[in-house]
Amino acid sequence: MSYNADDKGYYGEFGGAFIPEMLYPNTEELRRNYIHIMEEPSFKKEFDQLLKDYVGRPTPLYFAERLSNKYNTKIYLKREDLCHTGAHKVNNTIGQILMAKRLGKNRIIAETGAGQHGVATATVCALMGIECIIYMGEIDIDRQAPNVARMKMLGAEVRPALSGSRTLKDATNEAIRDWINNPVDTHYIIGSVVGPHPYPDMVARFQSVISEEIKWQLKEKEGVENPDYVIACVGGGSNAAGAYYHYLDNPDVGIIAVEAAGKGIDSGESAATSALGKVGIIHGSKTLLMQTQDGQITEPYSISAGLDYPGVGPMHAHLFRSGRGEFISITDDDAMKSGLLLSKLEGIIPAIETSHAFAILEIKDFKPNDIVVINLSGRGDKDLDTYIDYFKL
Amino acid sequence: MFCHYRLWGMKKIEYLMNRINKKLQENKKILSIYFTAGYPALNDTVSIIQTLEKSGVDLIEIGLPFSDPLADGPTIQASSTAALQNGMHTELLFEQLKNIRDSVSIPLIIMGYFNPVFQYGVENFCKRCQQIGIDGLILPDLPLDVYKTDYEAIFKKYGLINVFLITPQTSDERIKEIDEASDGFIYMVSSATTTGATEGFGEEQQDYFERIAAFKLKNPQIVGFGINNSETFEQATQFAAGGIIGSAFIKHLTEYGVESIPDFINTIR
Ligand SMILES: Cc1ncc(COP(=O)(O)O)c(C=O)c1O
Repeated sequence: MSYNADDKGYYGEFGGAFIPEMLYPNTEELRRNYIHIMEEPSFKKEFDQLLKDYVGRPTPLYFAERLSNKYNTKIYLKREDLCHTGAHKVNNTIGQILMAKRLGKNRIIAETGAGQHGVATATVCALMGIECIIYMGEIDIDRQAPNVARMKMLGAEVRPALSGSRTLKDATNEAIRDWINNPVDTHYIIGSVVGPHPYPDMVARFQSVISEEIKWQLKEKEGVENPDYVIACVGGGSNAAGAYYHYLDNPDVGIIAVEAAGKGIDSGESAATSALGKVGIIHGSKTLLMQTQDGQITEPYSISAGLDYPGVGPMHAHLFRSGRGEFISITDDDAMKSGLLLSKLEGIIPAIETSHAFAILEIKDFKPNDIVVINLSGRGDKDLDTYIDYFKL
Repeated sequence: MFCHYRLWGMKKIEYLMNRINKKLQENKKILSIYFTAGYPALNDTVSIIQTLEKSGVDLIEIGLPFSDPLADGPTIQASSTAALQNGMHTELLFEQLKNIRDSVSIPLIIMGYFNPVFQYGVENFCKRCQQIGIDGLILPDLPLDVYKTDYEAIFKKYGLINVFLITPQTSDERIKEIDEASDGFIYMVSSATTTGATEGFGEEQQDYFERIAAFKLKNPQIVGFGINNSETFEQATQFAAGGIIGSAFIKHLTEYGVESIPDFINTIR
């Protein structure tokens, strides 16, 4: 079985491009060109150079000794939190801004929830001197004031999404509507492995640098390329896709995907798509999504804005359905506790999205000789207010 | 309604002719109206349809509201949100339309997004449509290739016409492909935009209308998006077989209510 996209963008039964005709020329232009452009030597060179000099790659693969002692297994942390702008998101935006330039686009749009992808997009637009418009739900604009300010400092225009529930899914709708209205000069930088083909595959390829590095780094440290497990949190699934990418076809490497259970799977306030979702269409992709019986998309909930998406990338829907990935969901409370624990044991304050991945250590037993890689997708600076409120710091 | 009909210009076969095709053969400028089911009030659906027919409209698009209408501008978004809040859902719409053919003979099309149809089950959905007397579907986010491989046979089985969209950016090659796959009319989106976005048609649209007319496609074209008064309707139908009004109609409904539908239609032609 293949875990990568086929030429029509399907991962098993999931994926494809369920888009109105207005978007067809845009996505078709991208579909026809993306692989070819990514494989051009000049593109590769520029991408690698920027990842090295601007983003700060390779990010370290750090052996977390105290954490390993506590859980009696060998735990490595892939330090995406040390990327410029504080999360893995920038790997994708660097790739896509170079893609946009190759396609001759001079206007960039993006959606953002917590603001991480918005900041990463505004950053690369500043770097390239390209006009940047970020759509963000009106409610998120209120909740994430520091990231809104960052985007503005970086020269982006932040436009509130006023429709629907005024959060991430609506910001995505607005970005797509903008693209419909500006079909010629604009590139849409989607922030995760979601959306119509070729986005999930393109974003996964840009993020695949994560597992490419893990392979040689682990070889250096442990003498083997393959860990026993790779663990990552899944919102749309881009950091997870990057961390799994080069291990997908190797059944010896266990893949663990961590979703946000919010206040509990049965609480009605959750974002655990694999547990609560059914097959459907969201933002141009056939995947698992949370919806009413009638096919209306429902509003998810998680304490972490970055996991607060009602769908999941089609790659992950396929990993779940095929049994290749083990999907576990973690509540707000358990994530917060693990975030605090990592801070105290290793001196690393993780993003709350990332904290969900660490909570797996509490509920799953690993053997002393297991090599467990956790993708530390982002740092917690953006979440300080939430941590302060939660722990009454 | 049995009649002779030329299929692909090759052989004459006898079958039940779809009301849409019949209407298109009348050779008049088609005025099509879109409204969102369940708006302004949940149970307005039937009276809106009846009033539209009495007002001389030629074709009606019944919008099945969706939580995330990607291709729609603010007016239709707002009407969809309100309709869902009013309690509209797929089964209820079918329930409301159950006896609609007792009172109207106008062609009826359901327009919506693919996910609610997919959840209902495409075959079940089509079957219900046939039972009620729905003539066609417009599902903008059901792409041509998926339709052809997975659903065309089902649509045909239940006598439903599937309407595809084209835009000014659609390539010549794809326009021909869409024309091949269509058997009613082509929904010609006036400009690269979501619904309700434009004010009047400029030179660019005129060129586009002429370009498409010159193709002499097998299917007539009906222009949608951006028609909001008699002037834009005239412009659109100079080259195309008809025009569709959505947002402007919904604005009128919001402001003046169901009783004043004839007033709106009278301003168009
Ligand atoms: C640090 C961090 N991790 C994870 C995510 C979730 O996104 P994805 O699942 O695409 O990696 C986000 C999204 O904002 C994030 O900021």
